[in-house]
Amino acid sequence: MPDINTAWFIVLALMLSGYAVLDGFDLGVGALHLLVARTDDERATVINSIGPVWNGNEVWLLAAGGSMVVAFPHLYAAGFSGFYLALMLVLWLLVLRGLSIEFRHQVDHPMWREIWDVVFCGASALLGVLFGVAVGNILLGVPFSADGTFQGSFEIMLNPFAILGGVLGLCLLCLHGASYLALRTVGALQDRARKYASVLWWVVIALLVVVSAASLKARAPGMPGFLDNFRAHPALFLITALGAGSAITMFVARKANRDKQAFLSSTALIVSILGSAAAAVFPYLLLSRTPGVKGLTIYNTASSPYSMSTALGIYLVGMAIVAIYLTAVYRTWRGKVTADTAYHP
Amino acid sequence: MTDAVTAGRAQFAFTIMFHYLFPILTMGLGTLIAILKTIQLVKKDDRYGIAAQFWARVFAINFAMGVVTGIPMEFQFGTNWATFSHYSGGVIGQTLFMEGVFAFFAESSFLGMFLFGEKRLSPRMHWFSSVMVAGGALVSGYFITITNAWMQHPVGYEIVNGNAQLTSLRALLTNEYGLRQYPHVIMGSLTTGAMFMAGFGAYYLLARKHEEFGRLSVKVGVICGAIFSVMQLFPTGNQNALNVAHNQPVKTAAMEGLFKTEKGAPIAIIGMPDTTKQELLDPIYVPGALSFLIYGNANAEVKGLNASPKEDHPPVELVYYAYHIMIGLGTIFIAVMLFAILLLVTNRIYKTRWFLWILMLAMPFPYIANEAGWTVAEVGRQPWIVYGLQRTAAAVSPNVSGGETTFTLLGFMGLYALIGLLSLFLFMRVIASGPADMPAEVTR
Repeated sequence: MPDINTAWFIVLALMLSGYAVLDGFDLGVGALHLLVARTDDERATVINSIGPVWNGNEVWLLAAGGSMVVAFPHLYAAGFSGFYLALMLVLWLLVLRGLSIEFRHQVDHPMWREIWDVVFCGASALLGVLFGVAVGNILLGVPFSADGTFQGSFEIMLNPFAILGGVLGLCLLCLHGASYLALRTVGALQDRARKYASVLWWVVIALLVVVSAASLKARAPGMPGFLDNFRAHPALFLITALGAGSAITMFVARKANRDKQAFLSSTALIVSILGSAAAAVFPYLLLSRTPGVKGLTIYNTASSPYSMSTALGIYLVGMAIVAIYLTAVYRTWRGKVTADTAYHP
Repeated sequence: MTDAVTAGRAQFAFTIMFHYLFPILTMGLGTLIAILKTIQLVKKDDRYGIAAQFWARVFAINFAMGVVTGIPMEFQFGTNWATFSHYSGGVIGQTLFMEGVFAFFAESSFLGMFLFGEKRLSPRMHWFSSVMVAGGALVSGYFITITNAWMQHPVGYEIVNGNAQLTSLRALLTNEYGLRQYPHVIMGSLTTGAMFMAGFGAYYLLARKHEEFGRLSVKVGVICGAIFSVMQLFPTGNQNALNVAHNQPVKTAAMEGLFKTEKGAPIAIIGMPDTTKQELLDPIYVPGALSFLIYGNANAEVKGLNASPKEDHPPVELVYYAYHIMIGLGTIFIAVMLFAILLLVTNRIYKTRWFLWILMLAMPFPYIANEAGWTVAEVGRQPWIVYGLQRTAAAVSPNVSGGETTFTLLGFMGLYALIGLLSLFLFMRVIASGPADMPAEVTR
């Protein structure tokens, strides 16, 4: 029976996976935007495919932030202030990207739309890279000072391993976005989305192999090894097996142009990659790269047991309601989108 | 601004005052749109549906701005105020988390359905979406006010290892400070929405464009505006003032410019506080009024600023002027709206052009009143970030320098100036294009 701290670790991993899967496809759609959509109509279609849902997808990030504050306030305080400038950059990119979606269709002028298309694509791609870099640094650990604070300057964050993580993050989200577009569009746009998905599949698999191999060597001396948890609990390999399985089903589905199956496979792949990363760092939330300084764990950053158990109850009720909303939303917007799918009234 | 506290406060003040411009309108306008949709459904009158559709376009721009400028607010607790987050995250984390789970998901899911779904949804479901959007916004406002109320009046916690930990969720959610503050906040927002609607209705009548829509907007706007602006003062404003007087006497003293503890304390209608002389210059007083308002007795003693040590005083001038601006404007809103009702029932409002000018030009002022109100609440709490528990000066991130915060403040200023201008431009376009054509009412 896992303790409440472990339960919250799982909740946090689920919330971040929810964000990665849902906002992941619209970030991926954004990063591919200029490549996959050539005409103005195609670009409108691409934006319309995420128009009614991007906002709700981004709420997962806020809710994940909220679950971090409520369960692990010290992680929130240390992590957010430590990665100060990187997070501010994330914020500005989120602001620009969100507005580019809302602003693009407001004025009927090619130059106006061109500007927002570029902002949308650039900000989405950069966010994909930054999120990958963040996961890379979480796997690797960060340097703490002797008093237990750290400052994640760009030089420290942009180590070769984290950059590799950034490239993987971008490619993975592009694959996910291409799979989503293939599902929601028709014609030339769909053909191009399918083609990008096929090529990106190979790129992502190759990067996954390289990153996995590198991560086995990446940990600082004195920290638990990458595979320690897996050796202690071989059942965790099921998460990794899910990833391998979904990579295969995606390949098969792609060949047969079964778009729904391919999209579900890429969803499972993202969940399994983040799940494996979470399994590899548990019970740490932020590993230390400084010898002698313990990192942040689910125990030394936790709030009170009362606070955690109350919030867990709230979480379970809340997510049951959210499941109803999500079903309603995605049922309403199912089917193919076109350039004139009614956007604003 | 190399001092981290000053830079952090400047950044928080700037980003939240900018952010708040949008929820002020969306909480109120969202409710009014739900009211319009309800009238449409009940009276089977599509003119109200067309009006709702038009205001939804205005709403959408403001909502998007509110969302994108709201994300930095949550982040800043961790990035700039890490010591505060460390100290109180175990408590306020609850309400921030609940806002995400119970409000944001509802709002964002149903906003998409409401804005894009008129053709795909049944009329009843479309109405329901509008209610959920408004409800989500109001619930979101509740959780934020309750979070703020804990910083104003901490309840339901104990200090363990130097940090605040929650002991009672019920106490946190029913904090009397928050329950009295929230209706006042909502009335501020509803008044803003109503005056906004009436003001643009007046604009269309003055411009002799979309006149049927203009009349409908003026009518709904002034009826709601009259109700909300009165409730803004009484009972909600009055309750909130009592709330502050009983829990934070220093803030009340600063709001009223009461430097010395007095029996039979007056209310100053005007006057300039002078902190070096420790007195109110050139005041016009209503004798005994403050004592009466707080204690129901014109001779009761009210604590002045001299009752507490100087290091516990907020910046007196700022609080005093913000409070008087809020009160002054609130009174003007009531006068304007009640006069509008008089013109409405005597059937003259659509033709009284000088008054339509007043309605139109009044639109920016509710924003000023709301921002001034928050300034009173937040600046008046200084020098505490959590009243009586943690000083603002002790709340900043230990590993973030004032230089970094100043740099990111400049970044926010540039970015917000740009997107503020763009959203204003888009908003003007929506207003210029106007609503879809609306059939005239047959029986007037």
